[in-house]
Amino acid sequence: MRRLVMVLALIAAAPLLADSDLPPAYWSNRQLPDPKQEARAEALMEQIRCLVCQGQSIADSDAELAGDMRDLVRRRIAAGQNPAEIRGWLIQRYGTWISYKPTDEPAAWPLWLAPLALLLVGAWLVRRRIRVRGG
Amino acid sequence: MSRALRFAPFALLVLIIGALVWRLSTPTDTNVHSTLEGKPVPAFSLAPILPNKPALDSSDLATGQPHLLNIFASWCIPCVTEVKVLQTLKAHGVAVEGIAVRDRPGDLSEFLARNGDPYERIGSDPQSQVQISLGSSGVPESFVVDGKGVIRYQQIGPIDRADVPMILAKLEQAR
Repeated sequence: MRRLVMVLALIAAAPLLADSDLPPAYWSNRQLPDPKQEARAEALMEQIRCLVCQGQSIADSDAELAGDMRDLVRRRIAAGQNPAEIRGWLIQRYGTWISYKPTDEPAAWPLWLAPLALLLVGAWLVRRRIRVRGG
Repeated sequence: MSRALRFAPFALLVLIIGALVWRLSTPTDTNVHSTLEGKPVPAFSLAPILPNKPALDSSDLATGQPHLLNIFASWCIPCVTEVKVLQTLKAHGVAVEGIAVRDRPGDLSEFLARNGDPYERIGSDPQSQVQISLGSSGVPESFVVDGKGVIRYQQIGPIDRADVPMILAKLEQAR
């Protein structure tokens, strides 16, 4: 019984939050009035990686820092910056890690070459089969 | 099928297991490092947060002397122990400047009254904008900034007692 009460108390306990008390930034959960700008902002936010929940985009993450980054993206889009500039600004600070869009850096070359290599291997296998049948 | 080829799947399995064991024993560094090391602090001008504490401007960091720029918050639990280490650094003559992320004046003054106050200036960053412009990804983080305002070192996570000699050495190098 006592153990059960303790378990129930744990369920009711307030978690220790590692978050601030301040409300979210103005544009973090609010769409821009101009639908075209909002679409551009949203497309970019889906390609920017969250620093807290690594593996989620800032569009998906509920972390405060992701909210502040959405606010930053929307503000800059509303001020007339284009998404490539904003992405570049973030990459300057956090490296290409921050962007989900693959780059053309040497580190990413295997990624670009893999489909080509697989296609060549496939062609070679098919050719061998055809030759066996034909012979 | 040749003999060597017959063992290929087994070899592949060994390779995969080997890779998994290696990654489990040496986990990847999940910290996101700022790429601004070696570059000047981006220009910013933050408002004051406490009446008795001057605000922080990026020009306050390029005064000819090295500075330790600490990104912290009163709601950040590791900051409680770190702020005491920062006082040790201050006692060694280090100029500690603070950026309070998403903080309230009342909470911050209570935090400083309880844990001590090593800061020469504190700027308020209510929407993490300066934190993001520095390439910082959380609290606490610290930057060693040289006399010309160039970032020389980034510390991710709290500065522990054991880190004091290392931080002092980094500040000495930045002189």
